[in-house]
Amino acid sequence: MSNKKLIPLTGDQAVAEAMRQIEPDVVAAYPITPATEIVMNFSQFVADGRVATELIPVESEHSAMSACVGSAAAGARTMTATSANGLALMWEIVYIAASTRLPIVMPVVNRALSGPLNIHCDHSDTMGARDSGWIQIYAEDAQEAYENTIVAMRIAEHNKILLPVMVCQDGFITSHAVEGVDIFPDGEVKKFVGEYKIAHSLLDVDNPVTYGPLDLQDFYFEHKRQQADAMKNALEIIPEVLREFNDTFKRSHDLVEEYFLADAEVGIIVLSSTAGTAKTVVDSLRKKGLKVGLLRPRFFRPFPKERIIKALSHLKALAVLDRSDSFAAEGGPLFSEIRAAMYESGQRPLITDYIFGLGGRDIFPQDIEKVFKDLEEIKKTGKVKSLVNYLGVRD
Amino acid sequence: MKDMLEIRWHGRGGQGAKTASQFLAEAALELGKHIQAFPEYGPERAGAPIRTFTRISDHKINVHSPITNPDIVVVIDPTLLVSVDAAEGLGDNGILVVNTPEGPEAIREKAGYKKGKVVTCDGTKISLDTLGISMPNTPMLGALLKANPVVPIETLENKVRNKFLKKLGPEKTEANIKAIRRAFEEAKIG
Amino acid sequence: MKKKKGWKEIPIGGLIDKGGTAKAYNTGSWRTFKPVVDQAKCINCLQCWIYCPDSSVLVKDGKMVGFDMEHCKGCGICAEVCPVKCIKMEKE
Repeated sequence: MSNKKLIPLTGDQAVAEAMRQIEPDVVAAYPITPATEIVMNFSQFVADGRVATELIPVESEHSAMSACVGSAAAGARTMTATSANGLALMWEIVYIAASTRLPIVMPVVNRALSGPLNIHCDHSDTMGARDSGWIQIYAEDAQEAYENTIVAMRIAEHNKILLPVMVCQDGFITSHAVEGVDIFPDGEVKKFVGEYKIAHSLLDVDNPVTYGPLDLQDFYFEHKRQQADAMKNALEIIPEVLREFNDTFKRSHDLVEEYFLADAEVGIIVLSSTAGTAKTVVDSLRKKGLKVGLLRPRFFRPFPKERIIKALSHLKALAVLDRSDSFAAEGGPLFSEIRAAMYESGQRPLITDYIFGLGGRDIFPQDIEKVFKDLEEIKKTGKVKSLVNYLGVRD
Repeated sequence: MKDMLEIRWHGRGGQGAKTASQFLAEAALELGKHIQAFPEYGPERAGAPIRTFTRISDHKINVHSPITNPDIVVVIDPTLLVSVDAAEGLGDNGILVVNTPEGPEAIREKAGYKKGKVVTCDGTKISLDTLGISMPNTPMLGALLKANPVVPIETLENKVRNKFLKKLGPEKTEANIKAIRRAFEEAKIG
Repeated sequence: MKKKKGWKEIPIGGLIDKGGTAKAYNTGSWRTFKPVVDQAKCINCLQCWIYCPDSSVLVKDGKMVGFDMEHCKGCGICAEVCPVKCIKMEKE
């Protein structure tokens, strides 16, 4: 990759590039830090006539998602972007988009869902939306945020899925850092995403349909059952779409990324940019002869349970790093789901949770080294002294 | 032996530290290097102390945390030496580049940096002379390159030219290039 | 009673995949009182036609001609709004 002409882009700019290449029919958005630059850059593409997209500058995120629902029901390929409190203001319609089975793609730049008021990175915004019925992909860097945006379109619109997708990247850490990004040729991206044709358009007056009718005790449950099935289908179909993406663009996307896990004795599981920092720690500890590894789920919805069990069950000790707390008095959301998944496995590691990085608190390689040190201790003693830990907080 | 160069920039909001950190990274990218340039965002206000970071490597850069042990520190505003420990984490083989009319020895004392190189350059004066305004970020890039040729000065100049031409016009762009050149020549290494 | 369709048999997302489906729903079966019009008193103001929630007031050539008893659910709004009180609700 080093020989190729990489373009210096922030994570936000990279996603805007993907949106330019996808050239959706409609973008309805209300900018919010740190996702602002996605909408800002895309607006420039519209203003410069580089895309024919209908841009709807709405007056709130609630309206943004509402406009997206209307547009997607009409059969338009539809995108928006948001962060944290913006996502929270969309909330009602976020659920409606998923349950109406509209394949909207929404880049989300992860930011703490205040309060106290904070604009920096953590995952409390999208983790709160984990049960909304949206597919969720988490990117490690700008390159992946770009690629995930492209692949998300195909996943969302697959006729056995038809679910909206959140394409998540870490606020500021990824969204505002300039990295060299390999931008695919426009034509190849356009060919990959193809044409989208909705089965029943709201605007097809010759074949009139109704979207979003009242759905009571007699049918609501059946529709939710379908939604659950679609997410299960997604787990089967996403690897197929990724395979096609990988073949087309010479990449190696998968549901999860395994890093030195095969012979590892202790491991860490973490989402997004922190996985990159953890990789450098794995590298340096491996050089010292320690059998350490890392698992990075790229998809959190659907939850790639089988892959997680397969990758982790042989470990002696596992630390889950959660960039949000679920305030269950039982650790973060990733922790509870990983732990529940491992219950099915005959063989499983001792598991401990580390809540970290809330509100943009920096996480350094030394912090992750400390986690590995704790894991070595758990491996040795066979005991988890503290189930839920807070990494990098002042006592 | 580190295979990655890490640079930390100290400036004040509005002095262009972010732009400088980005220009250097982008120039290195053009040479086929892997790069990262990112600011530390706080409550942005003109004058507030800010830090930005540049990483340059021959390999893919995985780490995403701020730089704590830089190879080079660039101080865009000399008044920061009073309130900020600019040399923090800077190793014995490090380089401290400071915008100041003072010489390297005086700055070494002020910054409490004993071992490595200290580079001084009156970036503010150069900026006032060439641009007519105080925008010491571009001259400090020239001073940095004198101490460590991270990228050839021509590559950096081209980058600045490409970035500024449309935004500032030819006159101001060339003034910036002149500022870089002059700083490169005038910087004192001690 | 016809068995309702299961989740695999219905359109996804609550979609109603054709128009005019309300017509197939016989709300007339809900009725305990039926409207009866005295045509001699009717002034064809069509207030009943405007207000009927089930579009069950039949109009021909600008004249009120009766009710669609397949869909009239006997709510009595027509009788209520009639300015000359020519509609009466009678037990089925």
